[in-house]
Amino acid sequence: MAKLLEMPKLSPTMEEGQLAVWHRKEGDTVAVDDLLADVETDKATMEFRSFDRGTLLKILVPAGSMVKLGQPVAVIGKPGEDFSSLLGGGAPAPPPANATATAAPQPQASAGQTASTPPASLAPGGRVKASPYVRKLAREHDLNLHTIQGSGPGGRIIARDLSLDARAPAPAAPAPVAPAPTPAPAAVPTPAIAPATPRAATPAGLAAPEARPLSMMRKTIARRLTESKQSVPHFYLTIDVDAGALVSFREQINGEIAAATRKGEEPEKISINDLIVKASAVALRRVPECNAQFSSEAILVHQRVDISVAVAVPEGLVTPVLRDADRKGVLEIGRSIRDLASRARAKKLSPDEMSNGTFSISNLGMFGIDEFAAVINPPEGAILAVGRVRDEPVVKDGAVVPGKKLAFTLSCDHRVIDGAVGARFLAELRSLLERPVQILLGP
Amino acid sequence: MGTRSLRFREALRAAMLEEMERDDSVFLLGEEVGHYQGAYKVTEGLLEKFGPKRVIDTPIAESGFAGIAIGAAMVGLRPIVEFMTWNFSAVAFDQILNNAAKLRQMSGGQLQVPIVFRAPNGSARQVGSQHSHAMEHFYAHIPGIKCIAPATPADAYGMMKTAIRDENPVLVFESETLYSLKGDVPDDPDFTVPFGVASVAREGKDISLISWSRPVHVCLDAAAELARQGIDAEVIDLRSLRPLDEETILRSVRKTHRAVIVHEGWSYGGVGAEIADRIQRFAFDDLDAPVGRVSFLDVPMPYNAALEQHVIPNTPRVVEAARAALYAR
Repeated sequence: MAKLLEMPKLSPTMEEGQLAVWHRKEGDTVAVDDLLADVETDKATMEFRSFDRGTLLKILVPAGSMVKLGQPVAVIGKPGEDFSSLLGGGAPAPPPANATATAAPQPQASAGQTASTPPASLAPGGRVKASPYVRKLAREHDLNLHTIQGSGPGGRIIARDLSLDARAPAPAAPAPVAPAPTPAPAAVPTPAIAPATPRAATPAGLAAPEARPLSMMRKTIARRLTESKQSVPHFYLTIDVDAGALVSFREQINGEIAAATRKGEEPEKISINDLIVKASAVALRRVPECNAQFSSEAILVHQRVDISVAVAVPEGLVTPVLRDADRKGVLEIGRSIRDLASRARAKKLSPDEMSNGTFSISNLGMFGIDEFAAVINPPEGAILAVGRVRDEPVVKDGAVVPGKKLAFTLSCDHRVIDGAVGARFLAELRSLLERPVQILLGP
Repeated sequence: MGTRSLRFREALRAAMLEEMERDDSVFLLGEEVGHYQGAYKVTEGLLEKFGPKRVIDTPIAESGFAGIAIGAAMVGLRPIVEFMTWNFSAVAFDQILNNAAKLRQMSGGQLQVPIVFRAPNGSARQVGSQHSHAMEHFYAHIPGIKCIAPATPADAYGMMKTAIRDENPVLVFESETLYSLKGDVPDDPDFTVPFGVASVAREGKDISLISWSRPVHVCLDAAAELARQGIDAEVIDLRSLRPLDEETILRSVRKTHRAVIVHEGWSYGGVGAEIADRIQRFAFDDLDAPVGRVSFLDVPMPYNAALEQHVIPNTPRVVEAARAALYAR
């Protein structure tokens, strides 16, 4: 019986590939493992070898085409066989891998073997093994089960393999840039199963660890940050800024606010962090290449400056987004951040408020950290890690005097930002923070 | 409405006594129900209270006294037949299958058979392969009779009353090992429990354990163990096998996506197979795992005490089946 050959997953992160060259033409006889075509993936040019034997009846996509994962590229079968039913309206190209479906990394193909190994859930003949409940969820959420690795018996995809909790109000990170095709559903109940005998992993005589079940937030943090560190090429740039002027500038602003506050009322205050957020927003306007993200087709340079602010909460962390930070005043930024942070701790943030940031800032200064490097929050292109204001000796007019220092580390996605570009952003940031009146002048 | 603390056997007795006081046409017959006060003392004191016309000791002839009782029901009385155990009903099977279950239909509704057959059922302690049958699987197969299997004294009380008041043959499956179980029973002679309504004995979200009669308590024990392992099991006590409360079963499975059916008797055919079939037919899209079964192992019941406990569904086997349905390793 004739069957459609679909674009296989030839690299762990591949979502589409360019069919560069066909090595077989229509009418050719094909054996298992024969080289059918070369495919340029996001990583390299890969060999697309046949899993089937038969005659190549029809080539559906010409060389040079961009082809989504799972999209039919050819028909294989017996010579003269009628395969029109395969190409009818009833057999549309399967949807591309859904961005939220976690594709497990494929085993490496060994030399001389096929270039790709299908997920274990694929039974012979390409049928996906999945529980009926998983199939229902896949229909409801438009998931492509071909890209999901099953953890059940024989590779069966079971409910917990879907990680649909990632669509629930997202802790830790915003949703991928391509919006989910369906509205965020309630979290799919996945039983938290403690290991039967956590002691089993502990050698005799040693106290067993306390097993704390993974919360939804913890699972999402684990999944997203692993994905970030494994698929985003990070590099790090660190600067140490003279923060003396910034500290006195903040005191001056807070003094002005206090003076303008009615007697008996608690004056509002701005924090060093509020000034840093504003300064970063201005610097991003001046160096928009750092306010950008990677896509397989193009670098997307954002027209808005929406800053994700990491907030520690008891279960982990969340990153509410401060919209249009470049267009807000420092006082308004301070109020917004405090409102977002308090609602984050009360779990009152909507998913919208935690998605589609363009740049992240994480500040561990209040925890006494001098400097650190943060993990990029995909799909954003960079994250700025802020340390504490330190009392340091500084050289002023040839003399060593007491001063203030503040270290920043920018983690950059090298696919988007090169070293010199990141350095330009940090230089702008330093210039703003060391002459802080400029922060208020804006870009 | 107050409650009284009664043992399972006392709850059954109270229901029969109150119904016999309420309705003169109700009478009791069976082996040793009178002078011996019942083989398991369920009918204790009833002979003294109601006399030999309404509490009748029969010879050891199940086919005969089952037939007599069915005849009495046909002409307007409301007999309660006690078999010493449901195993002994095998010799009266023809009376139940071909007369009790059929006469209403064959007479075009001119006759009705308001009769109760009751007896202990399933495993006891070392009574051997011939006396350890779970007979509900044989009888629930038959349209025209109702089969109930309560697990608590309150349900035994309320369902026995419903059975006696029913206009059709009702088979009550009790358990020798439950007769001494104590529980609160409503202090109300008009308290009844309807047939075809399951009870959720324990609410949970991860897996549905579906059972009836004595194994409900095994499931509750297993649920407590599963809770220690971080698994939140729901326990459904069906109480009534025919009519069957499909709705409660499906509602539970649609919530948990996983089910294990636990019962005495063998797994081949029978009520558990019927439930598994309904789940796969009506909740197919909600299943994340095949429906699990825990039943007697597929052998005649051994007499050896250790082997017997191995064959009867027990807590470790229920826990294991639940973990398998959850793909927990």
